[in-house]
Amino acid sequence: MDFTTFVKPTNGGGDAEASNKSLQFWKHVEYIENHGKQEDDYEYCMTEFLRMSGIYWGTTALDIMGQLDRLERKFIIDFVKRCQCPTTGGFAPCEGHDPHLLYTLSAVQILCTYDALDEIDCEAVVRFVVGLQQPDGSFFGDKWGEVDTRFSFCAVATLTLLQRLEQSIDVEKAVKFVLSCCNQTDGGFGSKPGAESHAGLIYCCVGFFSLTNRLHLVDVDKLGWWLCERQLPSGGLNGRPEKLPDVCYSWWVLASLTIMGRLHWISSEKLQQFILSCQDLETGGFSDRTGNMPDIFHTLFGIGGLSLLGHSGLKPINPTLCMPQYIIDRLDIKPQILARS
Amino acid sequence: MGDSSDEEYLGADWLPYSERPEWKDVEPLAQDDGDHPVVSIAYSQKFREVFDYMRAIIARGEKSQRALDLTTDALRLNPANYTVWQYRRDVLRELKADLNDELEYLSEVIGQNSKNYQVWHHRRVIVEMLNDPSNELELTENALVNDGDAKNYHAWQHRQWAIRSFNLYDDELTFVDRLICEDQRNNSAWNQRFFVIKHLGFTPEVIRRELDYTMNRIRIIKNNESAWNYLVGVMRQGDSGSANLNSYPEVVAVVEELYQAGNRSPYLVAFLIDVYQEQALHLKASPDDQLARKVYGLCEDMAGKHDVIRRKYWQYVATHLKNQLSKATGGEQ
Repeated sequence: MDFTTFVKPTNGGGDAEASNKSLQFWKHVEYIENHGKQEDDYEYCMTEFLRMSGIYWGTTALDIMGQLDRLERKFIIDFVKRCQCPTTGGFAPCEGHDPHLLYTLSAVQILCTYDALDEIDCEAVVRFVVGLQQPDGSFFGDKWGEVDTRFSFCAVATLTLLQRLEQSIDVEKAVKFVLSCCNQTDGGFGSKPGAESHAGLIYCCVGFFSLTNRLHLVDVDKLGWWLCERQLPSGGLNGRPEKLPDVCYSWWVLASLTIMGRLHWISSEKLQQFILSCQDLETGGFSDRTGNMPDIFHTLFGIGGLSLLGHSGLKPINPTLCMPQYIIDRLDIKPQILARS
Repeated sequence: MGDSSDEEYLGADWLPYSERPEWKDVEPLAQDDGDHPVVSIAYSQKFREVFDYMRAIIARGEKSQRALDLTTDALRLNPANYTVWQYRRDVLRELKADLNDELEYLSEVIGQNSKNYQVWHHRRVIVEMLNDPSNELELTENALVNDGDAKNYHAWQHRQWAIRSFNLYDDELTFVDRLICEDQRNNSAWNQRFFVIKHLGFTPEVIRRELDYTMNRIRIIKNNESAWNYLVGVMRQGDSGSANLNSYPEVVAVVEELYQAGNRSPYLVAFLIDVYQEQALHLKASPDDQLARKVYGLCEDMAGKHDVIRRKYWQYVATHLKNQLSKATGGEQ
């Protein structure tokens, strides 16, 4: 799914063939490093509204590859700081835009990566997040009132990274709302009560329970099976029944299964083959499916998926927060993860 | 890409804002990317100009007809810019604009951007302001049926919102049935069916009817994940939510018949595994009882033949049952 309304153009062509079997490590480093530096102004303009997330995707992927120092720390931190809204405390994706929970989480993730939380007013961020919780426990994404389980995840993830989860929001009510989005047919979760189960939203909900230490509320065997069913003969995973496989869904399903201790239920080898087949051998970067155009979003989830599968040369990634594990350790945060079953 | 992409939206007779007399009092406000941007920015001229004027108008808080027209241009260039949508709503309120015109405009925009969060959110706010949902079923029907994506998540969310907020449940089952007939594997349609039935209430009659409906579909396409999930979901709603699969022996009998007739759809076999597991646990059978062995055998078939890619899951199911039964019978002794 496209969580961000960022639809990349796809062009069925491409050259992903037999040689696409090993990780093109340096090509990807180059791709991420140069991302946005090209004179591709149209894309740059069109993605302004999600720039903060774009930076999170790029820095995280590079850090997983041990190449974070290729980006300029000071410039990025200055950019992030400029995006904090002085009134609300939330972060905009880019100057001139309104603050939103999606970009607030991205901003906090970037600052954690650079160990730079002290550069911003963290209490203001906490106030922003707390102010978005609704009486039923759900969260608005911004003050304009869209409710979605994505925002429940963003809220608890932001507060966890700031070490303020328990003292700030009504966690019980937040839990109750996310549980009300569980579907009795397949054990999955949608964006709102009654909405169809969807792997991206399942990741948000399972991640939410991992952060609130409530994984016992999830029917992990039932949901685990539904998630396993997402694996197709190509090895790739889709987000809903009868949809096409996609690298980003592969991450969301894989991360959810990892959190639930069920990663081994799917075929890792076949999934790895699928992810590698989505590399662009010419430019670097990963696309959603074999042969399509790469983008920075799928590049993070391709690299992240390979890290979860234990690919050599990549740092371990935390499945709940989609950040390098060493940073989560440095922050002394321990999202709940179930033992292998 | 670049400019050519704009041309699709804004035609050749485009007059730059800087050359329009009615805009000469506005000083465009360029984007400040710092003196050392991560990226070198070469905005397309038209794009840059429209957004420079947009920034200027937002900065001075002008809410006028020309500001509204400017948001139209800006959103045509980038419908995902949620800040501009928000500003547009402020302008509409200030001008006390006819919101029916806005709905019409939005129907067109949604037709071209049906997978964009912002356009649907804007639609919802306008419908709430008007308190008139009379166009929403048709709008979402167009997005789901006529434009060809029957699984558009945004459209289904909007439809559920409209149905729930304005109590529009009456004809929804007819619509859902039509979509299921068109594509029996449409998981979104099955989900919508559950949404409607849950609202009507899972009375014993409703459950019977739904089980019949679903089994009739399964007879046509056995290997349909969505129908099987729906079937189990409905079966579990009986006895105020405490029913198990064996509460409906007639359904189990039909599935066993299909199995006897040679069908080995993984969903069908998975269903039988659940049924026999439930029986074994209910009877507190011993781990090497015949029922338990039936489950192990079916799991082995799945792992080895029908669902090899998920063989580790099926091995887990068998081992898990064995452990549970050992615990149960061990505890009794």
